[in-house]
Amino acid sequence: MIQTRDLSKVFRIGKKHKDEFTAVDGLTLDINQGEVFGFLGPNGAGKTTTVRMLACLIGATRGSARVAGFQVGKDDTEIRRRVGILTESPGMYERLSAEKNLTIYANLYGVPDTQRAVGKYLSILGLWERRMDPVGSFSKGMRQKLAVARALLHEPQVLFLDEPTTGLDPEAAKTVREFIEELKTEGRTIFLTTHNLDEADRLCDTVGIIKQKLLAVDSPKALRDKLFGRKSVFHLRTINPDWVGLVALQPGVNAVSQIGEKLVVSLSDPETQNPAIIKALVNMGAQIMFVGELRHSLEQVYLDLLYQGKEGGGQ
Amino acid sequence: MKRIRTIIDKEWAEVFKNRMVIMVMLVLPLIFTVMPLIMLKLTASTGMEGVDPASAGVPAKFLVSCSGMNAGECMQIYIVNQFLLMFMLMPLMIPVTIAAYSIVGEKTTRSLEPLLATPITTKELLTGKALAAVIPAALISIGAFALFALGLFVLGIAPMVRAYILSPTWLLAILALGPILSVISVMVAIFISSRVNDPRAAEQISGVLVGPMMIVLVLQLAGLVVIDVRFMLAAIVGCLLLAVGMVYAGAKLFQRETILTRWK
Ligand SMILES: Nc1ncnc2c1ncn2[C@@H]1O[C@H](COP(=O)(O)OP(=O)(O)OP(=O)(O)O)[C@@H](O)[C@H]1O
Ligand SMILES: [Mg+2]
Repeated sequence: MIQTRDLSKVFRIGKKHKDEFTAVDGLTLDINQGEVFGFLGPNGAGKTTTVRMLACLIGATRGSARVAGFQVGKDDTEIRRRVGILTESPGMYERLSAEKNLTIYANLYGVPDTQRAVGKYLSILGLWERRMDPVGSFSKGMRQKLAVARALLHEPQVLFLDEPTTGLDPEAAKTVREFIEELKTEGRTIFLTTHNLDEADRLCDTVGIIKQKLLAVDSPKALRDKLFGRKSVFHLRTINPDWVGLVALQPGVNAVSQIGEKLVVSLSDPETQNPAIIKALVNMGAQIMFVGELRHSLEQVYLDLLYQGKEGGGQ
Repeated sequence: MKRIRTIIDKEWAEVFKNRMVIMVMLVLPLIFTVMPLIMLKLTASTGMEGVDPASAGVPAKFLVSCSGMNAGECMQIYIVNQFLLMFMLMPLMIPVTIAAYSIVGEKTTRSLEPLLATPITTKELLTGKALAAVIPAALISIGAFALFALGLFVLGIAPMVRAYILSPTWLLAILALGPILSVISVMVAIFISSRVNDPRAAEQISGVLVGPMMIVLVLQLAGLVVIDVRFMLAAIVGCLLLAVGMVYAGAKLFQRETILTRWK
């Protein structure tokens, strides 16, 4: 659905636009239909710039991209018809009512039954009651929801959501997140930028971490496993320090460490190796209370990738 | 076409909620319709029958316009000529106000980005914005002129003077030159508004538009220029070329990316 090859953007800045600034450098991505792709990166990493290039708002300096089957920079109007975008700031017409704002966009997108589409999304996002009020009187969360509605009016196959939950209270953020999950079940391709790593972890099939260049791209789980390996945690009633060395001798075990009454064991394939370790521990006389997997948060992955473990990533 | 209509509709819905814009659209026509009528009524001469227009004290060059009139009527059309020139301020200033508030408004609410993400072409967008400003300007100035003409009859202004005002020269000015001036002024306003962040500043800078008109006014007062049909036709052709050039330049200059990243 979305493919980029060496996509790059260089801005001309400074006096007389003489200096160059590379905002996005050689981005190559493949996003499948129905996938939720999370685009992560620090402020100024080039996320919004990438979204703008893919939504045909600004031109690429180098490289190419295809969106919804069309070439960016060539069939821009076709792409615009097929994508919806939630821009970084909602950009509503403040003096006009919520309904009027949406109606304008439905007309611009050439939606056949304007009234029905507007009514549908106003209701879904819980704004029906306030449809006649000027958007200027809306709270930030309501504007954001209205902007989400606006992005969906023409039933786009591809959705770009630039920080959909930033600045929303936990409840509003949850509504929006649940809505994104629902959109996903409808088979739409969603390109999401966010600073909320927990959100990305929960919503996204694939995440890409960018800082001018793409640093990593994979499913959150694969990134975690690749970076930190997999670890099983054995919670024991009491621990005997000798067991650390003994467990380390088991086949397939990469490393063992002791934390309190727990043994943390790095394994390449816990599903097949855990039973043998449990058996060995029981034979050594250990009382196992329970066994779990040590999960690294996506945040740890993110920090590790961006700062090579300098700021608390990894262990 | 539908998209252009949508843009115009949106501009009107939004911009006509702005008090400044409404003021300009109501006050200018009022001033320029009522003032000349009062002037004409007050100077309506008596006892001038048969007095040679040469004694009216108007510039010698202007006398050609006075053939068949008495001195009082000649004086009146000389005055009314200045007013009619002022009348042309309307097609110049109304579009500037509308466009300034519209574009600066789009910038401050950051509504251009979602707008540019729709399938609308930049040409449609600019056309819509321009028409949204030109149409009211044209309607208001033509309407105001119609009111003014009606006033001439109601107040019983001398037939010779009426005939002069409703001559091809000024009809061309109101019906043809006015709308063309509106196009020029809306383009200037768009260029300027894309650069500043205060609608009032945009309006003031666009005020340079009034310059050439003031020059004509002064030249006319000094008797160096006579506004007749020839002059008017020349002005129409000149302004039309300028307008076409500006629209062309606007379409060339304002690409999506420029609008998005440079209109700040
Ligand atoms: N029109 C522009 N001209 C010059 N530089 C720009 C322009 N737009 C963006 N940039 C620069 O490009 C870089 C990337 O910006 P971008 O908005 O894509 O970041 P981002 O990843 O979306 O950040 P954030 O998380 O803060 O939203 C920034 O350094 C920004 O200053
Ligand atoms: Mg951003």
